[in-house]
Amino acid sequence: MEAVVFFVAAIGALGGAIGVIAMRNPFYSVLALIVHLFSLAALFLLLTSAFVAAAQVVVYAGAVMVLYVFVVAYVGGGGESAWEPIPGQRFLAPLLGIALFVELSIAVLGSALKALETHGPDTPNGFGDPAAIGRLLLEKFLLPFEASSILLLLAAVGAIVLAARRQEASS
Amino acid sequence: MNITWYIVLSSLLFATGAVGILLRRSPMVILLCLELMLNAGNLALVAFSRMVGNEQGQVFAVIVMVIAACEVVVGLGLIVAIFRRRLPLNVDDLRELRG
Repeated sequence: MEAVVFFVAAIGALGGAIGVIAMRNPFYSVLALIVHLFSLAALFLLLTSAFVAAAQVVVYAGAVMVLYVFVVAYVGGGGESAWEPIPGQRFLAPLLGIALFVELSIAVLGSALKALETHGPDTPNGFGDPAAIGRLLLEKFLLPFEASSILLLLAAVGAIVLAARRQEASS
Repeated sequence: MNITWYIVLSSLLFATGAVGILLRRSPMVILLCLELMLNAGNLALVAFSRMVGNEQGQVFAVIVMVIAACEVVVGLGLIVAIFRRRLPLNVDDLRELRG
């Protein structure tokens, strides 16, 4: 049963990823990314991390993707020119991707991590639920938590400054 | 399922995102491909956290999600600013770092 769910979610994640880079219309790319994110949330649930899966669906597939859809609707999906600054880029890029995948796989499978071939140790009942993650975030990782909240604030202010309509520039 | 499956899937997704960044020219799709790569990293983090039997890797994944949200916000703000100035939304035409 677990294997079936894993392979369905893995095919969904990979298909979504390929859809993102293959669709010509950016709007369809965003929709493919939503499929990808939901499949990844299923994979996170298989790895007994309920909080990360919930955050993935709520924050990513909910909030961030709505932002994307708005911007795509505002900017409009223009067609991309077929002009290539580097000749043969269309064929070189997948080759480099395959090389990257092989290299990463060799690096992981060639490592001496014996636990890679196991399911991981048996975990207690509340492993990865919101209570456990919240306790870690507010006790052990309080400083990174606060730093990331300041970063979010900075990003919001920066986005407003970047995207705001300039009065003196337009007049 | 072995943890190896998750790690191999994660590296496959990462390579897909890298190919997308190299192939596509629209800044919006490039941002989406960056999301793919960050999510592949997240999957690896959560898989390793399960392998060790420790939740700290999941906290790391949550922080990576925050970073990804910040990156999206600033990137989309830049795209909107580029669109307002009627510059072409094409990374090959936007290679000069001038306003």
